[in-house]
Amino acid sequence: MSDQASKPRSFQEIILRLQAYWAEQGCAVMQPYDMEVGAGTFHPATTLRSLGSRPWAAAYVQPSRRPTDGRYGDSPNRWQHYYQFQVIIKPSPPDLQALYLGSLEAIGIDMALHDIRFVEDDWESPTLGAWGLGWEVWCDGMEVSQFTYFQQVGGHDCAPVSGELTYGLERLAMYVLGYDDGNAMPFNAPDAPIPLTYGDVFREAEAQYARWNFDVADTDILLQHFIDAEAECARILEQPADDPKTGRRIVMAQPAYDQCIKASHIFNLLDARGVISVTERQAYIGRVRTLAKACADAFVQTQAGGWEAA
Amino acid sequence: MPDLLIELFSEEIPARMQARAADDLRVRMTDGLVEAGLTYAGAAAFATPRRLTLTVQGLLAESPTVREERKGPRADAPEKAIEGFLRGAGVSRDDLELRDEKKGQVYYATITKPGRGAEAIVAEVLESVIRNFPWPKSMRWGAGSLRWVRPLHRILCILTDDAGEATVVPMDVDGIKAGNVTEGHRFMAPGALKVSSFDHYSTALRGHFVMLDAAERAEAIWQDATNQAFAAGMEVVEDRSLLAEVAGLVEWPVVLMGAIDAQFLDLPPEVLQTSMKEHQKFFSVRNPKTGRIERFITVANRETADQGATILAGNARVLSARLADGAFFWQNDLREAKAGGAAWLKSLEAVTFHNKLGSQAERVERIAALAREIAPAVGADADLAEQAARWAKADLPSEMVYEFPELQGLMGRYYAEAAGMPAEVGAAAEEHYSPLGPSDDVPTAPVSVAVALADKLDLLTGFWAIDEKPTGSKDPFALRRAALGVIRLVVENKIASSMLPMFDNAMRRAMAAASPDRGDLNLKELDDRVAIVNLLTFFHDRLKVYLKDQGVRHDIIDACVAMPGNDDLALLVKRATALSDFLKTDDGENLLQGFKRANNILSQAEEKDGVEYSYGADVKFAETDEERALFTALDQGEPAIKAALETEDFAAAMTAMAALRAPIDAFFNAVQVNTDSQIVRRNRLNLLSRIRTICLEAADLTRIEG
Repeated sequence: MSDQASKPRSFQEIILRLQAYWAEQGCAVMQPYDMEVGAGTFHPATTLRSLGSRPWAAAYVQPSRRPTDGRYGDSPNRWQHYYQFQVIIKPSPPDLQALYLGSLEAIGIDMALHDIRFVEDDWESPTLGAWGLGWEVWCDGMEVSQFTYFQQVGGHDCAPVSGELTYGLERLAMYVLGYDDGNAMPFNAPDAPIPLTYGDVFREAEAQYARWNFDVADTDILLQHFIDAEAECARILEQPADDPKTGRRIVMAQPAYDQCIKASHIFNLLDARGVISVTERQAYIGRVRTLAKACADAFVQTQAGGWEAA
Repeated sequence: MPDLLIELFSEEIPARMQARAADDLRVRMTDGLVEAGLTYAGAAAFATPRRLTLTVQGLLAESPTVREERKGPRADAPEKAIEGFLRGAGVSRDDLELRDEKKGQVYYATITKPGRGAEAIVAEVLESVIRNFPWPKSMRWGAGSLRWVRPLHRILCILTDDAGEATVVPMDVDGIKAGNVTEGHRFMAPGALKVSSFDHYSTALRGHFVMLDAAERAEAIWQDATNQAFAAGMEVVEDRSLLAEVAGLVEWPVVLMGAIDAQFLDLPPEVLQTSMKEHQKFFSVRNPKTGRIERFITVANRETADQGATILAGNARVLSARLADGAFFWQNDLREAKAGGAAWLKSLEAVTFHNKLGSQAERVERIAALAREIAPAVGADADLAEQAARWAKADLPSEMVYEFPELQGLMGRYYAEAAGMPAEVGAAAEEHYSPLGPSDDVPTAPVSVAVALADKLDLLTGFWAIDEKPTGSKDPFALRRAALGVIRLVVENKIASSMLPMFDNAMRRAMAAASPDRGDLNLKELDDRVAIVNLLTFFHDRLKVYLKDQGVRHDIIDACVAMPGNDDLALLVKRATALSDFLKTDDGENLLQGFKRANNILSQAEEKDGVEYSYGADVKFAETDEERALFTALDQGEPAIKAALETEDFAAAMTAMAALRAPIDAFFNAVQVNTDSQIVRRNRLNLLSRIRTICLEAADLTRIEG
């Protein structure tokens, strides 16, 4: 306990402790999904696996991108590329709140000195056709996590219900490590032979992406990519379940979902470029949601999604 | 008689739902018990973030036995009918009783329903209450299908008898078994806690750092907050809704006061207050000497060994980060305001107001032109009104309003000041959204009134032009509220002015915006007219709602709407109010009856004779004193009533009309209108028509009910 409760010294130590903690609770510790996403929820380990009846438990770090949040690396607490730590357990265990509080202790938050609160915050993702009820978790007035019981994903009722925890790693780490400027917090151990700050690792790239996201990205090409991803997603899902080559039943939910993720990210880029008007926005979100729903429909036709041969 | 204690222990219940939920639990539970025959002496419900609690004192230990008599078939009815009756009533043939009735002998059955114990009834009612609880939003969790606001963990349900002996009510809702166990504070006293009665429960909870009663928590917070502020020579800015919310976020409130970093003290107090309230749920603490907000109060949910030092430091850090954002927005906005705000106005061009009505910039153009036209009617300077209208939406693209939309308007005033604009312009920016609700203050400054009217009329005519009128409960653009706003602006500022010309100007521009390339001007003119008449009707409907709240009946408004000049809302209200007051008097009610009688007789005669009796009554054909007296009264009354109506002094007109009541009553008592002499009859009908004419000049009394 004394080791566990000791203060972590770096950003990466917080990640390592969270991974160790949730591994101990029985989660499969997965790696980030290898595509650009806006939030950890987009990882198929959450979106798709929260569907269907099969139990599931996973934890992972997900690098996430929100082009509109770019500040050229100058903001102390905003980056267009940031990290989320995500935990998803289906069915949600009855002691999920206690497990979550245990994870805060594991990263050195002393429950006897801090004020932890569960403040109503309902979650909705119009692009994923998903919603849930839960809270934002406050530590001394600061939001350190989102805690959600998924009710619907891709238009499907979640049964059983998944419990989802999302930690905003930068903000949480700044708080635990005691830094007001996120760029200044240690990424690795401060006494490592080559100590690196968060800013050393990301600041330069932040400026580059901000410039590209806001001013340089070719909107015609992006728009074409969006249309292509949308078409490919539909084409994949149109294929018959039975593969003519192997003679096996192979519903290609995840490759189709990759296209949905792509479309969603391209939409975010177009948004950052300022070429999407308020009214068009809703239409784009609706188009991505249609893809997400179609992928959810396909996933529940797979074994992982609970499908069984009759 | 036993007492009942129920606690539904769950994960954190949203603060805004707690009070209502406690009330729902009390009402539904006690209604259910009473319906099942269990009356009680008293009940009270409580809520904390993690529990809903109900205590019912003096509950009946069992429901009374009920006897019900049921009438059956006649003695000579077919065997099948009698058997059917026996089955339905659940009795045997021997239980039946034969009674003599007029049509012969009839079977009667007496059904006895024995009383049931409180345990069984409580279990049944509570399960139903839990399964049908009216949460605004509920959810499932784990692998279950039960719905609750957040996962439900425990059901505590005990009956405590007079000796203090507690029994757990045996029940089970989707695997959650009722027990006699609760839990204390999540962090300060975790673990199970057995209880035996409500008194024991509330004392035990307090010992385990849970203050059960939200009112007590709120009171404790407020006391402590004001004491701490007072000790520092300051005062807490009162905020009832925040207090209620904060009391719903804690089970063991601990009030902590901290200082706001000096670099943020020059921010507008509303910005500090809004940021602290919205993001952090902090109270603002004002220094009465400087008038500034200099400290904050946060309410933690626990005591700590360091007296809250860590918690306070953390909260202060979060606040500084938030306010750093606020200060950044404020500085950027001031720079833009001082430069004249051209970039903001320009960016309104890129903001769509509605895809069929163009951009915010186009809307501002329309409001500016309209405000200029309205200005003379409300006593405002036209140039100022136009300038104010052009600035009214300038703060929408500002960074502060983007962050805190509720500060729209107010920031417009600050930025107008920074830009060195006339005070009227800033005031109009702040006030032109008002009145928003029925209890909201109505602006009175002429320039603000002009812009507020222009803003709302453009909104209304715009959505009328694209045929997006409110229907039923659907009013997504809050058009009813806008119309009520116009009514209150006009009536409460006593603006005597026809609305139609204003509608006309607004509608012309709205139609142009809605269909910029429509060629057929004649058709467009026609559409305009239809839309305007329709809009006026909408206003009259809203006016009914407005006046109904002031005790004026809808038929009275109908009677006044039927009069000319009904687009002058202030006049309409004046007329309706006077008529309503008049009809509440004895004279008014009787005069109305007299008018109706006269009108009925006339209408029937006119229909029968095929002529209109409207002229030529002559006193020389009068046969009775009552007839002659009515002639005299009308001769005297008519000029006074007409004069009063011409000056729109409805109260005086009604008073003069009241004088007609007695002669009219006397006339109808003594005189038969339809006599054999056609000359006398026609003369009397023509006399009645004088009553009709003079009354109808005040209002269309034919529309008054009753």
